[in-house]
Amino acid sequence: MIKMKINGQERSWDGDPDLPLLWFLRDEIGLIGTKFGCGQAFCGACTVIVDKQAVRACITSVSDVGDRQVTTIEGLHPTGDHPVQKAWRQGNVPQCGYCQTGQIMQAAALLMENPKPTHDQILEAMSGNICRCGCYQRIANAVQLASTGV
Amino acid sequence: MIMNIITSPNKLRGIEGRIKVEKVSRRSILKGLGIVGGLVLAAPVMSRQAFAAYQTGAGKMPHGTVVDPRVFVAIASDGTVTIVAHRAEMGTGVRTSLPLIVAEEMEADWSRVKVAQAHGDEVKYGNQDTDGSRSTRHYLIPMREIGASARTMLEAAAAKRWGVPVAEVKAVNHEVVHSATSRRLGFGELAADAAKESVPAVEGLKLKDPKDFRYLGKGEVSIVDLRDITVGTAHYGSDTRLPGLKYAVIARPPVTGGKLVSFDGTAAMKVSGVEKVMEVQGWPWPSKFQPLGGVAVIARNTGAAIKGRDALKIVWDDGVNGKYESAAYRTELEAAARKPGLVVRKEGDVDAALKAADKVIVGEYYLPHLAHVSMEPPVAVADVKDGKAEIWAPVQSPGGTREDVAKTLGIPEENVTVNVTLLGGGFGRKSKCDFALEAALLSKALGAPVKVQWTREDDVRHDFLHTVSAERIEAGLDKNGKVIAWRHRSVAPTIASTFAAGAAHAAPFELGMGLIDMPFEIANIQCENPEAAAHTRIGWFRSVSNIPRAFAVQSMVGELAHATNRDQKEMLLELIGSPRIVNLDSVKDPWNYGEPYDSYPIDTARLRRVVEVVADKGGWGRTVPKGHGLGIAVHRSFVSYIATIVEVSVGDKGKLTVHQVDTAIDCGMFVNPERIQSQIEGAAIMGLSLAKYGEITFKDGKVQQGNFDDFPLVRIDEAPLVTNVHIVPADPDTPPSGVGEPGVPPFAPALVNAIFAATGKRIRALPIGKQLET
Repeated sequence: MIKMKINGQERSWDGDPDLPLLWFLRDEIGLIGTKFGCGQAFCGACTVIVDKQAVRACITSVSDVGDRQVTTIEGLHPTGDHPVQKAWRQGNVPQCGYCQTGQIMQAAALLMENPKPTHDQILEAMSGNICRCGCYQRIANAVQLASTGV
Repeated sequence: MIMNIITSPNKLRGIEGRIKVEKVSRRSILKGLGIVGGLVLAAPVMSRQAFAAYQTGAGKMPHGTVVDPRVFVAIASDGTVTIVAHRAEMGTGVRTSLPLIVAEEMEADWSRVKVAQAHGDEVKYGNQDTDGSRSTRHYLIPMREIGASARTMLEAAAAKRWGVPVAEVKAVNHEVVHSATSRRLGFGELAADAAKESVPAVEGLKLKDPKDFRYLGKGEVSIVDLRDITVGTAHYGSDTRLPGLKYAVIARPPVTGGKLVSFDGTAAMKVSGVEKVMEVQGWPWPSKFQPLGGVAVIARNTGAAIKGRDALKIVWDDGVNGKYESAAYRTELEAAARKPGLVVRKEGDVDAALKAADKVIVGEYYLPHLAHVSMEPPVAVADVKDGKAEIWAPVQSPGGTREDVAKTLGIPEENVTVNVTLLGGGFGRKSKCDFALEAALLSKALGAPVKVQWTREDDVRHDFLHTVSAERIEAGLDKNGKVIAWRHRSVAPTIASTFAAGAAHAAPFELGMGLIDMPFEIANIQCENPEAAAHTRIGWFRSVSNIPRAFAVQSMVGELAHATNRDQKEMLLELIGSPRIVNLDSVKDPWNYGEPYDSYPIDTARLRRVVEVVADKGGWGRTVPKGHGLGIAVHRSFVSYIATIVEVSVGDKGKLTVHQVDTAIDCGMFVNPERIQSQIEGAAIMGLSLAKYGEITFKDGKVQQGNFDDFPLVRIDEAPLVTNVHIVPADPDTPPSGVGEPGVPPFAPALVNAIFAATGKRIRALPIGKQLET
């Protein structure tokens, strides 16, 4: 039996320990805000925060999580008003929106580690997250906005 | 071409037995080819635009339009107005824009409006195919009429309540006001009475004066799903959860047209969480939108299903396309482009003019297959039981999905409900409902609700790919450097081949995307379409054939400018020629995106204007740093006019940087400029992705790519982060035109023209890949 702490809640799993965290979150406990994009950590759609680090849930097995804290988009902020979320809305960032929870989690992790990133640091940190609609201009601006106060 | 389609008598519901359907939509095109035995039901209220300033092709789409406030608008006694969005949201903002038009016209306060998503029911809602950049273009007037009807009914109810002439009352911001007596009633208070009013005749409706618009044209309303998207509650195709839901992935034949010979699921069944391994029915090539077949692994979660599939042992028969090989195919296409082909437009005598020319410039261009790779791979949930089917899926064509599910399961359409989720990107891939049909077949077989999830590799390897094409242009110049002859040969496997075996020439809708509608003022023009056989599924990809055609035509403009030592923009304006309506009488079927030519002609004055606007606002001719270059391109598609300027630099090791993009768009009357801007920003990035990296190749009939490592997309650290969008203001009577697709075609040619300006290197084949490294 594997025990995990997800968004502050105890969760357990007694199936395949190699199951990617992504599918545990989505299919087993219904946290559907974390998205499937590529399954190979190429696109970042499934980004969650483990302790304070952005992690691709599609290649992280549940047994790798151990006793670390997992935060998903659902647990990022109690009312959905994390500065990154607010900046995203203020900047009208999304088009289809599918990759955006992963983008937001990546940006939130960046700001935890580096509250005042430079433009280049933003681009570097966000470069693992693909947006097919092409919202990059607004993503870059929104991360900057979140870092300077919304 | 106009044809009659006879509806099935048991489906008529008392409506006329025959309606005329022109070959305009993606679905009706299929019907026109005689390959979809679908049913066409007449809508209860067909498009009526008696007082509109212009006509559109909306009425000729399957099921036309429905203009009925009782279908689209509900008002609760607390004043909440619910407006139905009947088109699919895939990132264009249409789920906000269309209801916003209704709210504008009915004087509803947007903060008190809720949007409800229609399920697939075209008899009730009219055509729901969200494709072809048509939604605003076809629905601006119908949505205004619906809003005006609702407003008229509210005003009539208030006038009756007060016993005053209806002319004395006026709906203003969610209330009806009688200014003479300062009385006012909220929409909620009037809802019950208004519902009893008869629906006014469309012809008598009064539309608002555009100067009184509160929302339209302003761009101050965010998309309705914005908050849900940012907190993770937005509901996409994969987010439907039902009690007892089974999770499935499918191993499909690796070669299009291949089929299953045998499989061994023993090892798969031993994977923890796997519950069943079974065959999925496939359809023979060409398989239309039907499933490819294969072996499904059903499990308690998607991860287990994927792991189980990895353990399958399968023997396939690769079938007739097992030898498809991209390098050899390219040689074939290029050879075909060097020989005469089917003439699809002819003005003057191009052979004689080329012979007489002082100089002939030849450009041969090649653009490979592309995969759509929307961030959400195809996915669908189906629950089939007791002769009924309910589907939850990210589909661009819920009406078509409903028809196809019914046909595939052999049940009446009335027994099929298609719930339209948000689409995590579509780009044309999700106009094809094969993934929903797979889920329906599996659910029926298992007697349980099933989700079929495509992995990214499934998506890349079993896409309905963007075509691959060779484009060859010969331009003849007289001794003054004036272009007197233009021959364009376009060779590419056609989308029609996915539906009709052996289709080898482009369909009218493909010819009409940048080939036969070429707007230059040249005395001798000939367009040809040599044959090309298809060896994989070809489908609509955002902007479709406009991508290769605009690339070829606008690259050639750059080549001609260089050959005659002229500025690109001046060359372009000279070729466009005088401000005029392009005469397409020499073309058998000009298609024109399904729109009447009277309302949507090729107007070179508008084409010239977007060039001038982008040149002015985008600083054409400005001095750029050493190693930088500017390129320009213009293209009319989806009846909109778009011009783009790109500034690039090419570094030491061929490192390409896009510094700035400027795009001018004339899309007629528009609803939400903020979403136009986002579409154009995104189009630049999609354009850069396809130009820089986009290539799907085949070997032994199999797609050689599978994920974002070998089919890369542009990322934020290489994307243009300054895309300036200049919307050409339109008179309110200028018919609205497309926005979702037309931003893409001019980008790549503007880019390669800029690369030429920066380096002197002419890119004629995409992707650019490593071509700049040497």
